[in-house]
Amino acid sequence: MTRLGRLLEKPWIWSFAGALLVWLAAIAFTRGYGAGGMVTAALSLAVFTVIVGIGQMFVITLGPGNVDLSLPASIGLASAVAMKVMGGNDAMVVVGLLAALGSGFLVGSFNYFLIRALRIPPIIATLSASFIIQSVDISYGRGLQIKPPPGFADFTNLQVLGIPVLAILTVLFALGAAVLLQRTIYGRQVLAIGQNIRAAGLAGVPVGRVRYLTYALCGTLGGLTGALLAGYFRGANVDIGNEYLLTSIAVVVIGGTSVAGGKANVPGIWGAALFLVLLLTMLNTFGVSAGVRLLLTGLIIVGVITAAGGPKSAR
Amino acid sequence: MTDTPSPTASVASASVPAARGIAVRRWLRALLPALSLVLVVTAIGVLNPRAISYFGFSLMLGLAIPIALATIAQLFVITVNDLDLSIGTFVGFVGCVTATLLRDNPLVGIAVLVAAIGVYAGLGALIHLRNLPSIVVTLGMSFVWQGLAILMLPTPGGKAPDWLLTLMGLKPPFVPFPIIAAIVIAVVVHFGLMRTSYGTILRGAGGNAAAIERAGWSLLRTKVTMFTLAGVFGVLSGMALIGTTTSGDANIGNGYTLLSIAGVILGGGEFVGGRVSPIGAVLGALTLTLAATQLLGFMHIPPDWQVGANGIILIIVLAARALLSRRGDAV
Repeated sequence: MTRLGRLLEKPWIWSFAGALLVWLAAIAFTRGYGAGGMVTAALSLAVFTVIVGIGQMFVITLGPGNVDLSLPASIGLASAVAMKVMGGNDAMVVVGLLAALGSGFLVGSFNYFLIRALRIPPIIATLSASFIIQSVDISYGRGLQIKPPPGFADFTNLQVLGIPVLAILTVLFALGAAVLLQRTIYGRQVLAIGQNIRAAGLAGVPVGRVRYLTYALCGTLGGLTGALLAGYFRGANVDIGNEYLLTSIAVVVIGGTSVAGGKANVPGIWGAALFLVLLLTMLNTFGVSAGVRLLLTGLIIVGVITAAGGPKSAR
Repeated sequence: MTDTPSPTASVASASVPAARGIAVRRWLRALLPALSLVLVVTAIGVLNPRAISYFGFSLMLGLAIPIALATIAQLFVITVNDLDLSIGTFVGFVGCVTATLLRDNPLVGIAVLVAAIGVYAGLGALIHLRNLPSIVVTLGMSFVWQGLAILMLPTPGGKAPDWLLTLMGLKPPFVPFPIIAAIVIAVVVHFGLMRTSYGTILRGAGGNAAAIERAGWSLLRTKVTMFTLAGVFGVLSGMALIGTTTSGDANIGNGYTLLSIAGVILGGGEFVGGRVSPIGAVLGALTLTLAATQLLGFMHIPPDWQVGANGIILIIVLAARALLSRRGDAV
């Protein structure tokens, strides 16, 4: 009983419960048909949300006002960079992946440069940056029709016993991120800055360097997602990252990370990502129109945030 | 525009020349939105002298009224340290209502628009009471508005009510209608927010919430007031937009979210602390309208770079502002 009680206190349990609930609702509707396929599809799609969500989580943990709005643009650019560098050639996959990571890293560095040099809030800095990156992407990726190398496309779609390989790797990656956050000096410094930036600075935390690393990390993860998305959907696209503006922030909040900063939760990101993906699957199974789907997605997100937001004293 | 320079108050102990330097910087900062607009108009005049005319301005500034109204809506939300990422799709939703219900069945149309403003008021209360991040709530709401807009108008179409077309097509003597409208919007909001006592309380709720609360004012009420005002101006923006474009489209307002935030910042608004400038925001909206669509066209900059140019303009203005407040003056 006490073990169950302790489990219920974990902030991430609710997002997994929500995911389970929408999945049950979906298979109840289909009378059990396609239950396994739904999980496989949800795992494959949740991977991308988890990777960007973890990047966004590190940024949001830095404290109020810290958020990366340039992720969609960064993902779009990296998808084009990856496809162009790979050029449909299996031998260039690693180089292309590195190029996409590099593109994301540069975007993150540019974001932090704007934050520091102009002394503006990260929201405005990353927003301005995203305008520019979007234009770079549109003119760089114009008419880009390059397919991903067959080996890379197959790899992103590979499954073992119905479980996508990418999902297994992303679970390991999330474990790594949790260790980075809770067990390394860097992670503890991120949390310290989020709890009280002044106190952290006075205690000797190199605030500037840690913040820079965090924005660069988030950008790099955006780059990785861009390359993987282009492989999974067999081609780059300017709009490929658009949906990750909402989802990257939503999974962080639904997953139990504090928006006020200083308190992060990695497992919750997986739960929240599965919840959002399965929610869309469920609405698709119900066969609702695009308008109703958007409406319900919005309402459910606002509802979940309201429920998860917690009372004022939580701050 | 907003903070009147008062060198004597802020630097009592500093020497007179230093105080004067700060005063000059503050003036320059306050004038930055106006200077940016003059710069853009001058550039357009040099590139295409014929554009600087009654007819030219009427054409170029056609979309300035809805953009200015959306910017003001965003300004109210930013004043209380929140951000509205749903204003663009909200404007699109209002546009769809205007082009369909408001024309065919005015009473129902008005009821829907009033209800929409009510939703905005409710969002303000929700964000305050549950202490929610406005970014996430409004991002979620942006899906709601877009979904409703698509349900209402699945394909572009509809038509603006005739009275609205007449209003937006006004051709007053000497000064083009968009310019008159911009002045009216700026003056009304400036007076309400900067010159009335409750306006000061509203801004104070963004500047120092604890102090306002201790002085006996309800923070819930200030938040609800600001979100309601944002809803009202969002509705006006959507109606003005449909009055200009004559027909509706569910995606018509999507770009307005980013434009409105950029307009507020360009106009000298600070992101936190209740420091905003309605006049500056309207100037910022005009600058963006002209710079984003007209100037780039005259300069033969490919459409690929239009969004990027907005970002670059934003960064240049912010850089100028950072330079001007480098010493002494608080950012």
